[in-house]
Amino acid sequence: MTRAAFARDLQQLKEGVVRMGERAGEAIHGAVEALRARDVAAAERIIAEDDAIDALHMDLEQRCMRLLATQQPMAGDLRTIASVFAITIDLERMADHAEGISRAVKRLAAEPLVKPLVDIPEMDEILQGMLRDALMALQMENADLARQTAAQDDAIDRLRNRVLHDLLEIMIHDPQTVPRALELLIVARHLERAADHVTNICERIVYIVTGELRELNV
Amino acid sequence: MPKQLEVRDVETHAPTLVGANTAVQTDDLHAWFDQLHALRGITLNVPERQVTAIIGPSGCGKSTFLRCLNRMHELVPSARVSGTVRVHDQDIYAPGIDPVLVRRRVGMVFQKPNPFPTMNIYDNVAAGVRLAGERDRRRLDDVVERSLRAAALWEEVKDRLRKPGTSLSGGQQQRLCIARALAVSPEVLLMDEPASALDPAATLRIEELARDLAKEITIVIVTHNMQQAARVSDVTGFFLGGQLVEFGPTNGLFTRPTDKRTEDYITGRFG
Repeated sequence: MTRAAFARDLQQLKEGVVRMGERAGEAIHGAVEALRARDVAAAERIIAEDDAIDALHMDLEQRCMRLLATQQPMAGDLRTIASVFAITIDLERMADHAEGISRAVKRLAAEPLVKPLVDIPEMDEILQGMLRDALMALQMENADLARQTAAQDDAIDRLRNRVLHDLLEIMIHDPQTVPRALELLIVARHLERAADHVTNICERIVYIVTGELRELNV
Repeated sequence: MPKQLEVRDVETHAPTLVGANTAVQTDDLHAWFDQLHALRGITLNVPERQVTAIIGPSGCGKSTFLRCLNRMHELVPSARVSGTVRVHDQDIYAPGIDPVLVRRRVGMVFQKPNPFPTMNIYDNVAAGVRLAGERDRRRLDDVVERSLRAAALWEEVKDRLRKPGTSLSGGQQQRLCIARALAVSPEVLLMDEPASALDPAATLRIEELARDLAKEITIVIVTHNMQQAARVSDVTGFFLGGQLVEFGPTNGLFTRPTDKRTEDYITGRFG
């Protein structure tokens, strides 16, 4: 095996993506926990942490650029680097959703929630599992696991629709609840979009492994 | 790139491209140097008016393959060839075929620019046409200008056509050799690592030239530089141990090779 240093760089690139993914996942989970605990201080910490995740994104992008410029990657190596570019953008957006949820937590802090939190924590739980599996699929270069992970997006969409339905009923019965209900809808929307980003990541993993670039779970 | 799909030719089973006519067709082509079996049954179709790149590690047979396409292989003592090579449907190894005429139809440019050292720029380009019997000055002038223009050299040398060919820079000398090859209106131009002795700027000019020329003639280029193959060619063949491992549209071969050996070679895992 030649190009040992390049192989090591590629491995480290993937490990960097996994670390960034874990941080983005923790941020989303932390934001949902902050909503549950009505913890404004925790929400502010998550908002502040977004800069650190952005910095990880920039670092990974620069490492990709350096490898492209110096190693002239081909085939699977090229697919890996091009995919890391795309995956880090999805992860950065996921962290933005964590920030969005945290801002909703701050806006909701002074008032009671319009309904008990059941579906939103469940969305978070499924999302965390999806992200964990996607990062594992990346490390193991396992296209089957990536496809299975993307398929779980349907469950998130169903929960989001249930949240929408429940909140509509509440708003119709008591228009006073509209501003607070809309905040919860925004949170559910952030979680649904975050799951879409995990699906995108799974598409890139399938591309790395098989060379086929197509949408999953359409 | 208009051609996206690879299919097998229904009759010869040679890899070929949908929608492209075939300029050169090899069938079970073998070549030897004495006991060394350098090519082991190459069957492929070179598409017309496209750039076909041949890549592979040293000793894989890619230059030998190129030299079989215009019967230069047989110039080496002890060299032998078996199988078929057809250029626009004519078997160039058939009895009675004049190898000199084959080499006029299938021109060649080598790694190191080799202008005729005693000739000026004009005579270098005109040499092949004169050899074919052309003596008319005006027609010779036309051929020289047309060939130098096609080789993207005319503007640089039009005021010093009587200067020695060897007075040009390396990149210009290589384009002079391309002009010399083009002067006899070949159907196919073989390029054996045509830029490996040139600096990056001259290399890019040769690559652009190859792309431009492919609008009119068929180009087959052997290169060690995979980025060059990826930049310049429409179709790429990967040779290993005298065999064709993979042949297909360049875009696919460099992003998604189907054979593990191709992947290992182009990603630098061996070779």
